[in-house]
Amino acid sequence: MLTSSTYPDPDTLAAAVTERERPALAKALNLLDDKRPEARRRAARLLRLLPHERLYASGHLIGLTGPPGAGKSSLTAALITIWRKRGLRVAVLAVDPSSPISGGALLGDRLRMFSGQIDNEVFIRSLACRGEFGGLSAEVWPMSLVMLAAFDIVLVETVGVGQKEIDVSRLTDTTVFVAQPASGDSIQFLKAGIMEVPHLLVVNKADLGLAARKTLAELRATLKPALHESSWQVPALAASAAQGTGIAELADGIDAHRLWLLEQKQLSPRRKKFQAEWVLKRLGEEFGRFGIESLGGTSALLMELAEAGSSPFEQYDAMRQRFLSNWNAPQRERLKCP
Amino acid sequence: MTSVKTESKKDHPWLMRTYSGHSSAKASNELYRTNLSKGQTGLSVAFDLPTQTGYDADHPLARGEVGKVGVPIGHIGDMETLFDQIPLGKMNTSMTINATAAWLLSLYIAAAERQGVDQAQLQGTTQNDIIKEYLSRGTYIFPPEPSLRLTTDVISYTVNRIPKWNPTNICSYHLQEAGATPVQELAYALSTAIAVLDAIRDSGQIKADAFANVVGRTSFFVNAGIRFIEECCKMRAFAAMWEQLTRERYAVDDAKMRRFRYGVQVNSLGLTEPQPENNVQRIVLEMLGVTLSKKARARAIQLPAWNEALGLPRPWDQQWALRMQQVLAIETDLLEYGDILDGSPIIEAKVRSLIDGAEAEMQRVHEEGGMIQAIETGYVKRQLVTSHTARMRAIESGDLKIIGINSFTETAESPLTAGGDSGIMKVDPAAEREQIERLNAFRAARNAAEVEAALNNLKDIASSSENIMPASIRCAHAGVTTGEWSRVLRDIFGEYRAPTGIDIAALNLAASDTVDSLRERTRKTGEELGRPLKILVGKPGLDGHSNGAEQIAVKARDVGFEVVYEGIRLTPEQIVKAAEEEGVHLIGLSVLSGSHLELVEDAMSRLGELGLSEVPVIVGGIVPPEDEANLKTRGIAAVYTPKDSDMNLIMADLVNIIRESNGLERYGALH
Repeated sequence: MLTSSTYPDPDTLAAAVTERERPALAKALNLLDDKRPEARRRAARLLRLLPHERLYASGHLIGLTGPPGAGKSSLTAALITIWRKRGLRVAVLAVDPSSPISGGALLGDRLRMFSGQIDNEVFIRSLACRGEFGGLSAEVWPMSLVMLAAFDIVLVETVGVGQKEIDVSRLTDTTVFVAQPASGDSIQFLKAGIMEVPHLLVVNKADLGLAARKTLAELRATLKPALHESSWQVPALAASAAQGTGIAELADGIDAHRLWLLEQKQLSPRRKKFQAEWVLKRLGEEFGRFGIESLGGTSALLMELAEAGSSPFEQYDAMRQRFLSNWNAPQRERLKCP
Repeated sequence: MTSVKTESKKDHPWLMRTYSGHSSAKASNELYRTNLSKGQTGLSVAFDLPTQTGYDADHPLARGEVGKVGVPIGHIGDMETLFDQIPLGKMNTSMTINATAAWLLSLYIAAAERQGVDQAQLQGTTQNDIIKEYLSRGTYIFPPEPSLRLTTDVISYTVNRIPKWNPTNICSYHLQEAGATPVQELAYALSTAIAVLDAIRDSGQIKADAFANVVGRTSFFVNAGIRFIEECCKMRAFAAMWEQLTRERYAVDDAKMRRFRYGVQVNSLGLTEPQPENNVQRIVLEMLGVTLSKKARARAIQLPAWNEALGLPRPWDQQWALRMQQVLAIETDLLEYGDILDGSPIIEAKVRSLIDGAEAEMQRVHEEGGMIQAIETGYVKRQLVTSHTARMRAIESGDLKIIGINSFTETAESPLTAGGDSGIMKVDPAAEREQIERLNAFRAARNAAEVEAALNNLKDIASSSENIMPASIRCAHAGVTTGEWSRVLRDIFGEYRAPTGIDIAALNLAASDTVDSLRERTRKTGEELGRPLKILVGKPGLDGHSNGAEQIAVKARDVGFEVVYEGIRLTPEQIVKAAEEEGVHLIGLSVLSGSHLELVEDAMSRLGELGLSEVPVIVGGIVPPEDEANLKTRGIAAVYTPKDSDMNLIMADLVNIIRESNGLERYGALH
């Protein structure tokens, strides 16, 4: 029998996640994935109870993206090793494509992140992208938040080959694009302006030698004039996950961007803005452009949402309620007429 | 009595072996001596998984595996015991050893020296083909580059010092077990040979005029399946292609050095658990495939026992396998004729089409950048998984008929499996503990300073480009253990995890009504439970045979599960940690090495500690019936063995197990 007792209690769960308890984090992620109405109510409460400061003002939320075969997972594994040496706790959300036909997915990334060591300060959750929200599942944002409550670094790994998949940059503090040596694709993206998005470029498999150096040189040449946002200069780095070279430099570069965001006082506004966009996108999926307009339009809503201090689910539900009552009110008025 | 003799002299019989070894060096030595007394003409050593993957018996990953699939050899003491009263100067010994081949050969050389036998007299074979380990067998340790260096070191050393040794057995055997078609088997085995021979030629360890000896000592290890006419043609194709390759690519003038020499273990993939007695006729027919054609006849044959799909064979089962060879070689007239297939246009056409197909596939491997590159990019694995999946689907649909599996399944009860031992041998559960005790005693008795000096020397040599063998032989005499030798090389070379091939296996688009209804069940159950059904598939322990686990993973994806595939060689602790992090609805463990009880018990108790007891666990593998009952009493929800060949039924079962453990009603039978 399914009763409410099969759902975890959000208050207990929030306390345990804040204490960084692994079983609680696992349960919390399951709850955030759960679409049943009771689960959604509890998830909203869970997110509200987590420390606001950890979710919106500290830690580091990193996106790692790039074409298939660029070696993202092995690079992630190498980064985890460095971060652990620096005493940082790391959570990874590894997103893999789903089959559009069966709905099934093979999630093999953690295989490649295997380091041979059991380490309870590393937590990896695989997630199928389930064909929604651009290349990313709707669950990625709330799951990242709950991971931030328990870990210092949260890394979201996605397959990204085009504009759509680069969605991860609309969810994370820092986006790293992993380029494949000798792949013209990366250069094409840059030229098309798509790669204005990442904050760091890295050519993996630098052990391939000439091909990697050539790709790196091309990336650097393309980057030179391009200044990101106000004053962040996008670096292009070389690394080899296989040989462990360039990884510390990459970790330094990633952290430099976090410090830059803090200095610019952009970290917290950025997360709130992305949450607002997440809410808006989901509202748009449910009610369409008309719905967004009837709630006040995109820019007004974004401002309103970014200022509000509540969890994404609560914001979403509040907006949904507002839309439904707006929509129903005139109807009710009309029905009163003879 | 009439007899029609031809002019040609009667051919010598091939070397007759039985792949064996278990429990301990002492128990295996007794078995070898018994087998030799029964007319076996060579030895074929099966090592246990810790020995094959370079761990001492007391390493955590070795737990439950010591002495299971072969003999544990931890040091020179074990090796001496293994060949006690067996004169190594006269024996022909084949060792199925790959990642640690250089080490086991060093121990063999050292043991021979202690018998007073000069290494130059030794005869035998080290399998020493690491490339196929990445593709199917899974007992690799190091990345491809250093692995290839170890392979070439062994080859260079033996060609210079042990002239009658076959330093590498390029294996197409395991490719077939991994699903290869005859064309793929030909293409990948020969591409592997090219990669190895090119590496030796380029290493500079062999003088140009001696290179023909390297080619001449290169032998193959081949599989023979039930389509024995095609298999016979495959062997003729191998011989023709090898002759041409060695002549054109390596400019070998001496025709003797261009001969295709191979040993065989006939197919295990096609042996069935239901009606296991039928495996006897399968094995005999498969043996014909590699003996009918004189031109392409095997040099050495080892036959599996009829009950291999059930568990470890007993001495009587091995004797039966040996007698099959003896009947064919001694009683029949097979060896009295020249090549009986010469001149048959049907055979000729079939051989031609195999060669054409194989040449085209070799060209594709070449375009990938050669065999090493084609493995690293996952190309070869992808092709094999695709073939294997096609085979499984053909069995599922009934297009490929297997007696006892999907046709003629009715059977009387077999008296062969009715005995108290269920017709298989059990490894003494005390074997592991006793091996660890012997290991500790050996470590305590050796000269620590000599061990350290030998290991330091090994470290220096491994970091240089010098041949690894002399330093390894020194380690063997000094009393270094298998785990210590491997540890040094692991630190220098690193460890490797191969691409699995499953992430790229093509989705089965030809969905049947059954598959549609399964997808619907998976989707609806996911909705009822709030999120898509997610399962974890992992292989605890050292056994690397990943086909079963990969097939389950791919099939589950095809019917709509989200599948976390964890790959091979994991401790129960790692699997349980992953299950926790991933929040799965079900855990599938695949165990083929016979150590299921220990590994599963360990996993279950860890799940309990993490508060995950409610997550159902299923086990797949070669599990005898009484172990199945035992596993179920420990809370395993279901056990699947090779007789459960209908993947759709397994999938329907998984959905029901998840439903039940979450308080939902089970679905009825699939339509």
